[in-house]
Amino acid sequence: MRLRLEKRPAPSQLLLGLTPVFAVIATMLAGGVMFWSLGADPLEAIRTIFWDPLFDETFGAYSRPQLLVKAGPLILIAIGLALGFRAGIWNIGAEGQYIMGAVVGAGVGLAFYPTENRLVFPLMVAAGAFGGWAWAMIPAVLKTRFGTNEILVSLMLVYVAENILASVSSGLLKNPDGMGFPGSRNLARDYPAASNLELIPGSGMHWGVVAAFIAVIFAYVLMTRHKMGFAIRLAGEAPRAAKFAGISPTRLVLFSLGTAGALAGMAGLFEVSGPAGQISIDFNSGYGFTAIIVAFLGRLHPIGILLAGLLMALTYIGGELAQLMLGMPAAAIQLFQGMLLFFLLAMDVFANYRIRLRPREVSQ
Amino acid sequence: MTDALLTLEGLTKAYPGVVANDAVSFAIKAGEIHALLGENGAGKSTLVKTVYGLVKPDAGRMVLNGAPFAPANPRAARAAGVAMVFQHFSLFDALSVAENIALGMDNPPGQRQLSARIREVSEAYGLPLDPDRIVGDLSAGERQRVEIVRCLLQNPKLLIMDEPTSVLTPQEVEILFKTLRKLASEGTSILYISHKLEEIRALCEDATVLRHGRVVATCDPRDRTARDLAEMMVGSSLHVPNREGGESGEMLLDVAGLSLPAPTDFGTPLRDISFSLRAGEVLGIGGVAGNGQDELLAALSGERPSPAGSIRLRGRDVGRLRPNARRALGLLAAPEERLGHAAAPEMSLTENALLTGDVREGLSSRGFIRWGKTRDFAKNVIDAFDVRTPGPDTAAGALSGGNLQKFVIGREILQRPDVFVVNQPTWGVDASAAAAIRQAVLDLAQSGAGVVVISQDLDELMDISDHFTALNEGRLAPIRAAKGLTIEEVGLMMGGAHDMDVADEHAIAEVEA
Repeated sequence: MRLRLEKRPAPSQLLLGLTPVFAVIATMLAGGVMFWSLGADPLEAIRTIFWDPLFDETFGAYSRPQLLVKAGPLILIAIGLALGFRAGIWNIGAEGQYIMGAVVGAGVGLAFYPTENRLVFPLMVAAGAFGGWAWAMIPAVLKTRFGTNEILVSLMLVYVAENILASVSSGLLKNPDGMGFPGSRNLARDYPAASNLELIPGSGMHWGVVAAFIAVIFAYVLMTRHKMGFAIRLAGEAPRAAKFAGISPTRLVLFSLGTAGALAGMAGLFEVSGPAGQISIDFNSGYGFTAIIVAFLGRLHPIGILLAGLLMALTYIGGELAQLMLGMPAAAIQLFQGMLLFFLLAMDVFANYRIRLRPREVSQ
Repeated sequence: MTDALLTLEGLTKAYPGVVANDAVSFAIKAGEIHALLGENGAGKSTLVKTVYGLVKPDAGRMVLNGAPFAPANPRAARAAGVAMVFQHFSLFDALSVAENIALGMDNPPGQRQLSARIREVSEAYGLPLDPDRIVGDLSAGERQRVEIVRCLLQNPKLLIMDEPTSVLTPQEVEILFKTLRKLASEGTSILYISHKLEEIRALCEDATVLRHGRVVATCDPRDRTARDLAEMMVGSSLHVPNREGGESGEMLLDVAGLSLPAPTDFGTPLRDISFSLRAGEVLGIGGVAGNGQDELLAALSGERPSPAGSIRLRGRDVGRLRPNARRALGLLAAPEERLGHAAAPEMSLTENALLTGDVREGLSSRGFIRWGKTRDFAKNVIDAFDVRTPGPDTAAGALSGGNLQKFVIGREILQRPDVFVVNQPTWGVDASAAAAIRQAVLDLAQSGAGVVVISQDLDELMDISDHFTALNEGRLAPIRAAKGLTIEEVGLMMGGAHDMDVADEHAIAEVEA
């Protein structure tokens, strides 16, 4: 007998829904083995990552709101990325768009310092979206005009953005009252009109989280009801058919990169004006890259991304807790998150194929 | 049957949901050309794949030359003397002829020696080939020669040919037949798969007819009419399109001096194409694959913009317009490749109805899709064109070729085009679906539309066209009335029969010496 993969006529919808669950279980098992080999109690490690952040009496009060604080930007960015990914347009540079959104948005806010007019905040959000959009337009225009590869251009622009961030935090946007330390004024603490504060105390809910939920709904309607969503799906699944249907690849590239950039830029602005507080050299923390995992973990579907964002935020917080409580190395936590993506992609095989046992030799 | 080269006994192979071969038994004699006949999906491909070691049967056995024959893989089949020329070529465009042939051999000799052998064998069988040419530059007919020569170098006892003439001009077909007859006279058996009945009658001495995986008849095709054979194959009377040559009406489409560079390295440029199409007219455009068919369709559908003034619809310049603008004006098209071009395989039929139906059927308003209306439109297509499917929510890729083609054609025709351009309307479609599609095209012309049919099936074009022309290297031959054209004239219009000789005795003698 030997195992054989047989392609299903159509992917199993049931399994497509269930594979994320299986992937999480497989990650727990394989992760447990890894934690065990590192000398920790695997059950305790899994519990520290998945359970304690929400329900532990000591840490729960601190880490529960962190769930929304971390999931908000991940979801907001992943929603935008998924639009492009569905269309086969690979924006890998959301991290750069996130940084530029924060820099431009904070810059606009600081230009009006110390106004008390609350209208400065929506203006900053718009500026943040513009910053991210403009940064994403660079790979978009280069791709449509000269056929460059958007993966490489958008990725390389991340490093350019990081250098701009380093430059402005010790130059243009440096806090004049900061006694020479790099970093801008603290928007969240010292600039009430420009701050993105918790809307419900103790919940972690801020304007960025609200924006993320709105983006989920917006993306859901776009993908299921609107012609642009149809164009995106068609271009991703059958590019020639999309051309035949009259869909302009140029418009699609500009729309999906532009939207992803604007959403990532907004995420950056909400972060800098709230949880992070200020523009500083180490302001960015990899949300733009992690959002790629979130987008795929959520199967590029808005609702899936919402759940995946929350799950990924949980592993972040739980991972930090595990480092703290169990002395796990940071690399082990990253490995654990990597396992999650690996198992998800591997489990896809079962949605597209079924396994058959068949005898090696046929009867003669 | 002592003189049988290969005997099949009770071969059965089932796939999930379908029995591809059901207790198939027949024998191929040494040195005969044996036809395997059947509609698409009748199980021909599964059967020959079994013989070639690509598929293992669930039950049954084969005997080759008196010994049990159960090839585990194509290599074993080749070692036993079975060679196969596939319908779709497996050649690397960027490599030379000799390199391609070496890649397909189990123990290739050195390049120089191989080149000499290629020249020898190819000339002996009237299939001249230059071993140093790059395959990307070869015509479809020449590519097929590469495949045939690759097989002949291994001195096969049984040569399997899967629909070999679908890409050839009539002259090339004649050459191929002479080669095959020569091979048979030397004792090589040939298993010839086709659904072109006249060819089988002209070439084969014996025929096995498959329907739904079973052998339904064995006969000598030379004693039967094409209609007899077709009825055996289809199981019911053929629906022959009734053509009433609609006389020319109002001028609808006017193409003048259309030239476009090749879209890719291996594409074909369009060169100075001019024709006009009147209401009620069916213009058939023949030609061997790869002579600009795809490019012409893309230019007419609007996928590739054309120079201003080169395409006019009712006198209005549409050359620069995009596909949906052309659709709005009544110019619709259906490309050759169903999966991935005319339809998105993973999407439902409803979504595929939206793919081209949006503008003319009003399937969206202010950018939002009206799914209910779209679904109704898909349902109409399914009902009107007898598309066999569980419903409009089925993925397009789950339909059989014939059913999906009916859907694709129906989707355009139900939008009442003024001008309809279609490439290969019945390619890979079974006989009854093909007849239905041809009839729908004729009905459309009857109702006052102009139709351009691009096809490589000459019988089909002769059947339905009022006027005929052919594409050759991106140029259009002068348009002629279809009535009264002889097959020789058609062949000349298609061009392409250069540098071919029938096998000459002299060269053969040299090889044998």
